[in-house]
Amino acid sequence: MRLTVTVNGERREVDGLWEGESLLYALRERLGLPGSKNACEQGECGSCSVYLDGTLVCSCLVLAGQAEDREVQTVEGIAPDGALHPVQSAFVETGAVQCGFCTPGLIVASHDLLRRNPRPTDPEIREALAGNLCRCTGYEKILDAVRLAGERILETQTAAQAGSKQVCDTSLGGAV
Amino acid sequence: MDFLQPTSLTEALDIMSAHPEALPILGGTDVMVELNFDRRRPAQIVDLGRVAELDDWGAENGRLRIGAGVTYARLIADLGERLPGLAIASRTVGSPQIRNRGTVGGNLGTSSPAGDGLPPLYVSDAEVELVSSEGRRRVPVERFITGPKRNSLAPGELISAFLIPEAEGPQQYAKIGTRNAMVIAVCSVALALHPSERQVAACVGSAGPTPIRALDAERFIAGVLEEGNLWESPRALGDTALRRFGELVELAARPISDVRGTAAYRLHAVGVLGERTLKWAWNDYCGGSR
Repeated sequence: MRLTVTVNGERREVDGLWEGESLLYALRERLGLPGSKNACEQGECGSCSVYLDGTLVCSCLVLAGQAEDREVQTVEGIAPDGALHPVQSAFVETGAVQCGFCTPGLIVASHDLLRRNPRPTDPEIREALAGNLCRCTGYEKILDAVRLAGERILETQTAAQAGSKQVCDTSLGGAV
Repeated sequence: MDFLQPTSLTEALDIMSAHPEALPILGGTDVMVELNFDRRRPAQIVDLGRVAELDDWGAENGRLRIGAGVTYARLIADLGERLPGLAIASRTVGSPQIRNRGTVGGNLGTSSPAGDGLPPLYVSDAEVELVSSEGRRRVPVERFITGPKRNSLAPGELISAFLIPEAEGPQQYAKIGTRNAMVIAVCSVALALHPSERQVAACVGSAGPTPIRALDAERFIAGVLEEGNLWESPRALGDTALRRFGELVELAARPISDVRGTAAYRLHAVGVLGERTLKWAWNDYCGGSR
């Protein structure tokens, strides 16, 4: 089976897919994007979280063919220009990364929360990240990271508003 | 395996008619697990994600007709006011990622006794709409679900929608699990007040082969409310009545012991949930909600 899909803003075409394979498998094994992690394959762990047409989903629960002609944004596309997105730098700075396996999914899920609500309460953060498991149980630092990233995003937005109107808000990066 | 991607309901039904055993997929939150774990290898898989008809909802003869493809996230965002009980249940489903994809249509298709979307349908006497190339039929949800993971969907048929009246009184849903997210119900209770019918409907979930209406509990509390003229002059229910209601909810359950909990625990817990959900809903009614 052939799949044509826009991934991180780039139109890609791959051939030879098995009809029953997941979007996660296609991303990792066919499209060379191993950022999304494969752990539970049943939607429990959130480590494969990506955007599908702007909606946060577990890519292991999307049949690859369902993404035909759709837009997918993976963790690789969160900061397309090579610089870190505020969510990513906040994870680094707060030490919200232990083994790192859950990190890509948590970055995407945190990104999804903060683009809608850069000033989330703790219960809102917990709810938004409830589908992402960290087996190192580093949740406190992860909460710190989301709070810090939210502050940074707000600062950037405030600065952008205070500055020239020509300054375009790119704080959330990428196509999203 | 063939991957088929119809773009209209007619096309989908033609496919189902040609391949009655084809496996439909929409949100994929159940079906993909079966594929990923090699539990199912259908000859054809039919993606219903591009069938716009399944994505609609609207009013129809005093009820809501909600397309089988409406996700839990949309039920919460768009229909939370009209269907508070189903919205509470939807919030307990999985995680944001799962609620963004999963649908009540899928819950109906899977027909798990633990499906969180099901008990709220039972307490509102919802109907399930089934379509095939032969036509359309509507079946009460209680008759649609026939056993654990069994339903009356015929080969070649698709679940197109469910029909449910808007809430006319307070509704509740409570669920037991080990944490607040990503939990399959150990057991649950849905409850709805129907003031115009002077009825309280209650249904236990994940405590029997299917969701089960607690009819004795419903009759008991209807009597209590009638006797005290409480629908017209609402005041708090006494502890004895609440406890008896809980006991009768417990008696309606027919749980088994499994990895998520023992039968004895489930019996006890649905009784407690029955009592609590009635208390919450009735207090809302006394406070003038709806």
